[in-house]
Amino acid sequence: MKKTILNLAAGAAFLSAALVCPAADTVKVGVLHSLSGTMAISETSLKDVLLFTFDEINAKGGVLGKKIEPVIVDPASNWPLFAEKAEQLVVKDKVSVVFGCWTSVSRKSVLPVFEKYNSMLFYPVQYEGEELSKNIFYTAEAVNQQAIPAVDYMLADGKKKFYLIGSDYVYPRTTNKILKKYLKMKGIPDEDIVEIYTPFGHTDYQTIVSAIKKFSAGGKACVISTLNGDTNVPFFKEFANAGLTSENCPVVSFSLSEDEFRSLPTKDLIGHLGCWTYFMSLKTPENKKFVADFNKWLKTAPPGVETKNRVTCSPMNLSRIGVYLWKQAVEKAGSFDVDKVREAMIGQKFAAPEGEVTMQENHHLINEVFIGETQANGQFKIVKSLGKVAGEPFSDKFLK
Amino acid sequence: MKRTLPKAQLVGLTIGFFFVLVVMPLLNLLPATHPLYISTFTLSLYGKYLCYAILALSVDLLWGYTGLLSLGQCLFFSLGGYAMGMYLMLKIGTRGQYHTELPDFMVFLEFAKRFPETGGLPPHWIPFRNFPFAAAAVIVVPALVALIFGVLAFRSRIKGVYFSILTQALTYAACLMFFRNDFTFGGNNGLTDFKDILGFDLNSAATRRGLLIATGLLLLATFWVCHWLTTTRFGKIQRAIRDSENRVLFSGYATENFKLFIFVVSAVIAGLGGALFVPQAGIINPSEMATDKSLEAVVWVAVGGRGTLVGPIIGAVVVNWLKSVATHSAPEYWLYILGGLFIVMTLFFPKGLIGIPGQYRAWRQRRNPPAS
Repeated sequence: MKKTILNLAAGAAFLSAALVCPAADTVKVGVLHSLSGTMAISETSLKDVLLFTFDEINAKGGVLGKKIEPVIVDPASNWPLFAEKAEQLVVKDKVSVVFGCWTSVSRKSVLPVFEKYNSMLFYPVQYEGEELSKNIFYTAEAVNQQAIPAVDYMLADGKKKFYLIGSDYVYPRTTNKILKKYLKMKGIPDEDIVEIYTPFGHTDYQTIVSAIKKFSAGGKACVISTLNGDTNVPFFKEFANAGLTSENCPVVSFSLSEDEFRSLPTKDLIGHLGCWTYFMSLKTPENKKFVADFNKWLKTAPPGVETKNRVTCSPMNLSRIGVYLWKQAVEKAGSFDVDKVREAMIGQKFAAPEGEVTMQENHHLINEVFIGETQANGQFKIVKSLGKVAGEPFSDKFLK
Repeated sequence: MKRTLPKAQLVGLTIGFFFVLVVMPLLNLLPATHPLYISTFTLSLYGKYLCYAILALSVDLLWGYTGLLSLGQCLFFSLGGYAMGMYLMLKIGTRGQYHTELPDFMVFLEFAKRFPETGGLPPHWIPFRNFPFAAAAVIVVPALVALIFGVLAFRSRIKGVYFSILTQALTYAACLMFFRNDFTFGGNNGLTDFKDILGFDLNSAATRRGLLIATGLLLLATFWVCHWLTTTRFGKIQRAIRDSENRVLFSGYATENFKLFIFVVSAVIAGLGGALFVPQAGIINPSEMATDKSLEAVVWVAVGGRGTLVGPIIGAVVVNWLKSVATHSAPEYWLYILGGLFIVMTLFFPKGLIGIPGQYRAWRQRRNPPAS
């Protein structure tokens, strides 16, 4: 009996030593994405691409000679839990940086935590702007890197009437508010702009679609959609049933990327448009390598990672860019200290799959913008490259 | 028959409260390098667990003691939270993103156009600048909603599963309403980024200690009120309603008034819990009213032990503690861990954690029957 206890004690001592030892040459980083609940379907992909990127960097020697050690938590699509988990990562695990969040509400929930402890968050998903925290780097598309270029493309295409439809939350509301102002500046009269919102999970689009049909009857009309998730299925079904097509009334969606098409039927969406800073179908050598390496990594991925039918998309690409920019800034600063890294972040450039990106002083990226056309296979055919656009979170600055 | 608390529970409760109200705040005062130091983060974590315990007590008062399974208790929790959140929101002042007196979301939703006479602040927000008013609203708003819903439901003799479904529908409807940005309560994002409460910085350890102690005291007070209520004659009628409402009715008692009273009391308790939850969690938004949140509260009560007052407190703290630990240590598997726990509890320990010692004694007795 005594012997077993001794053995156990020795084992425990050995184990704890084994657990403590590598800490010296690793650096902890937090991964704060929902792995359960309503957002899991989108956010799990970001956790996967982060793990892939860490492995990619670790294989080349890590950051400042230290291997990245991810600390993964599950905030479970629960907004107060996001704040709790963020605080846990910062206080208990003492991570050097956190990569995470998808919805604006989750970012709003964790923002006070990062400001309180002066730590750092990288946020990778297109959002409404109107926020600038010194503790957050937004690799995400700002409104002027997605919505404005898309509308410009439509205007250049000769469209004169705009139907703005969205799910009722902050991102669509703010985006459409900005678009309305912008369209007025471009000389589109009030009566040719319609703004409408439907609740989350809305399925009955008959009335709205017949209104769109009437609206587009004279031609030269288009729909700007910020509908998110499942609601797109009944919307596009109804849209197609009403005889509307990408020919007579194209829809530009801002919340549908390649990753969403893994679970959405594409049949009714063919020909409609998307606008992002990255598409999986980009033909650059960097992108070919990114896609190939990611697929290779999936074969040896840790348990729990979905390996079938995987794609890459803009939020995934922007997550990866965030990690690389952070790595470069740490190496420039020669330290993991948040204040020093923040200073070194400004002006960092990275040869991303879509082209070179630059971190600006306003914590947003200068990035490429593309318009793509949805294909039957859930990919986008790039129809226009709009060049580099400098991200700007506050609309009053780019609406002058 | 006066029901008093079993001695073991009393001792456990005293130790628990002593730990939370005295020991934890004191340990937080130690230097951060001390091995016994408790971080402010842990402090607030327990503050939140205790708020959930208050919510669990309100569920148990209804379900365990009156037989009314409310699946919408989080609505009252959230209403109390929103009342407090509105006060906290207005105290941010010019420290928001736009540096205006108006809360951020009202600026970008252009409330100045909707409410020009008040500079953008919706008229019903104005009194919430005043803390006593907000504190009163924490109690009155949930009470009023419960009263109106209760009158309609109980007068129509809605019972059992129909009552549960209606409460669920009520909270879902409220959730959808609060989701709407036009409803003036911040839509999906809700209220967040609070800076201070009554002039105390919400980020300081001292304020967090104060909030934990306040939550502990509120839980203690709630506990004694519930204990007193359930041991009076009123409590007897309450339990009689649970066990056979028709007999109580035929004995000449207006059961709906009793039920209405207890429903309102439990709504007020939940609201108070929500009000203390918000400054410690840092956010209140409509997803707190979603139906699954109220179901969770019922699960805590079931795990802890329905129909006892110590059980729900234990259940709420243990389940939430486990959730905090598991979402961090086993992020991929925590749902299985919690789900497994719930299945095991309902299958093998129907009286909850609090009933395990009794079950063990009964089992021992069955194995070695005392020599007569």
